[in-house]
Amino acid sequence: MSLTLSETLFWVIPELMLAIGGMALLIAGVFLGDKSARMISTASIGLLLAALLVVVALNGGPAEDLFGGAFRIDAFSSFMKMLIFGAAALAILMSDKYLVGEQLGRFEYPVLIVLAAFGMALMASANDLIALYMGVEAQSLALYILAAFNRDSRRSTEAGVKYFVLGALSSCLLLYGASLVYGFTGATQFNAIAAAVGDEANVGVVIGLVFLISGLAFKVSAAPFHMWTPDVYEGAPTPVTAFFAAAPKLAAMALFARALITPFSEIADDWRPIIAVLAVASMAVGAFSAIVQSNIKRLMAYSSIGHMGFALIGLAAGTERGVGSVLIYMTIYAIMTVGAFACILLMRRRGGMTEAIEDLAGLTKTSPGLALILTILLFSLAGVPPTIGFFGKLFVFQAAVEADLVWLAIVGAILSVVSAYYYLRIIWLMWFNEPAPPFEREVGSRLGLTALASAALVFPALLVLMGPLIAAARAAASSLF
Amino acid sequence: MTLAAFAFWVFALSAVASGLMVIASRNPVHSVLFLILAFISAAGLFVLMGAEYLAMLLVVVYVGAVAVLFLFVVMMLDVDFVEMKQGFLQYLPIGVAIAGLVVVELILAFAAWRMPSNAAFADGHPMATAGSALAAPGAPTNIEGLGLILYTDYVHYFQIAGMILLVAMIGAIVLTFRTREGLKKQDPAAQVARRRADSVELKKVKTGQGI
Repeated sequence: MSLTLSETLFWVIPELMLAIGGMALLIAGVFLGDKSARMISTASIGLLLAALLVVVALNGGPAEDLFGGAFRIDAFSSFMKMLIFGAAALAILMSDKYLVGEQLGRFEYPVLIVLAAFGMALMASANDLIALYMGVEAQSLALYILAAFNRDSRRSTEAGVKYFVLGALSSCLLLYGASLVYGFTGATQFNAIAAAVGDEANVGVVIGLVFLISGLAFKVSAAPFHMWTPDVYEGAPTPVTAFFAAAPKLAAMALFARALITPFSEIADDWRPIIAVLAVASMAVGAFSAIVQSNIKRLMAYSSIGHMGFALIGLAAGTERGVGSVLIYMTIYAIMTVGAFACILLMRRRGGMTEAIEDLAGLTKTSPGLALILTILLFSLAGVPPTIGFFGKLFVFQAAVEADLVWLAIVGAILSVVSAYYYLRIIWLMWFNEPAPPFEREVGSRLGLTALASAALVFPALLVLMGPLIAAARAAASSLF
Repeated sequence: MTLAAFAFWVFALSAVASGLMVIASRNPVHSVLFLILAFISAAGLFVLMGAEYLAMLLVVVYVGAVAVLFLFVVMMLDVDFVEMKQGFLQYLPIGVAIAGLVVVELILAFAAWRMPSNAAFADGHPMATAGSALAAPGAPTNIEGLGLILYTDYVHYFQIAGMILLVAMIGAIVLTFRTREGLKKQDPAAQVARRRADSVELKKVKTGQGI
């Protein structure tokens, strides 16, 4: 089973590309200066897309365990890596104009996103407690820096410090849980832990697992570990927020699923209630706190907390179906979020960006195209039937019902109706209110195209492509079991 | 009581006592000094366990670098500790409740800890293999042992650790480095290239006239 060095390196080509490419771009940036920021952004997008293509090319074979079982390449990790690299590339694509406008056009920005994507790829493949922790740290450190990237802004630095301090605390919880699990099982590798745990859980393992779940819940910003999210989303530069809302959530959810299913699927009854409580709390916080928000970035923060709650329902089911539904949900969530943030980044007036929800009033009269796109995306975020968002929720609820968690599905359905209220309120504002001053027109810009593409995916396109998506997600989920 | 047992009790007690003093002492500088004492006691415990390399590392890295850095930070930053302690009593009840809960959990956890049975050891329970490699007679020394696995079994983690440090370094530079305009800098090349004839001019001054 042990592979030679060249065979091992063959399987980690995507990660190597990101690590080495990131460093090469960093050196290029240092020599060429900030004037090269635009070129390095383009090169970073190319790098991420190339890594994505390599993942696609390597996908399909049997699972490979590398580095003594610490790093696992399987359908699950490939599925998540494709999403993560795509989301990261889009985040760089969407940042361009904003960063130049705010005098933040520095070459470190795309490099940090590439290195964060490298950390996320490690998270998606981590099959060992040490690999898990190191992947989380590699990703988080880059994210802390990105949150504080606008260092002359008080809000941005506050967001960075807050994220850093709370992130460090959650890493402590994660490490503490990992050390307890190691102490009681004597192993850090997930399969070895599964063998040592057996089917009856020791109290110590369960307590370690609780700490582990707390740390991971922080990373996906599930309530009650969500406190940092609204402040960080609001304070960070908007394209950074767009990045935070998509790729890191995907990586953290991938890690969450693997860290629960591979080592602890035999004792699922011990952790299922915890995940169910996290899911209900997140959905409730997402539904009720979002109602009173007036800043659209804060609203998106609460919206993402709520969506994590829905995704966790699928994880609580703990079945192959459940994990498959989580993957489908996260894919749909990423598409909707990227589109919504592209629209938010288009909220630009002469003199700067606006973030207030009131500024969207009467958008149908001032820029009908943007209004229509945002309407479709908001309908999908709310989970209104013909859109793809509805099917995401449907699969998650279905998985919960199949796993005898009917109550969880019912609570989820009720809370999704509550959360529909604030999405519909924005739509009402856009269609039926007196228009606010118009935004600057940007016909055919990258942002406009991104928004249009995601709206097209959300409404008709993905409905047609639903079959392949479901098949891919099911295949990915089955590689965990 | 053997010498080793005596040494254990001395180090263990001083580690716990200085740990308590870190949070109990009013002067933050004293806290840091007690922290250093705690590190040194822990290093002593490591030596007793046969992990002499870790002990060295603890003294060199933590005492030598980290604790001294703490000391600088504490002395440089003007933190108003009286103000920070406001609201302490307000949060005390809930803090004590949560701490109590965690302590009970930990007692439960550690009470449940058992060594794996001999049969499990024979079956190759992970715990059987975890420490045996270094405990066997004729085993390599600490540094040899680390060197043998660091670039082989653990190369994955080693490389990721390197990447994490790189990201941290980029962060420090991105967030703090500023190129300032109009700064006067030394230019050694210009200084060396300067010649006497460029800067010194001899004038003959007639007595009583001035220049």
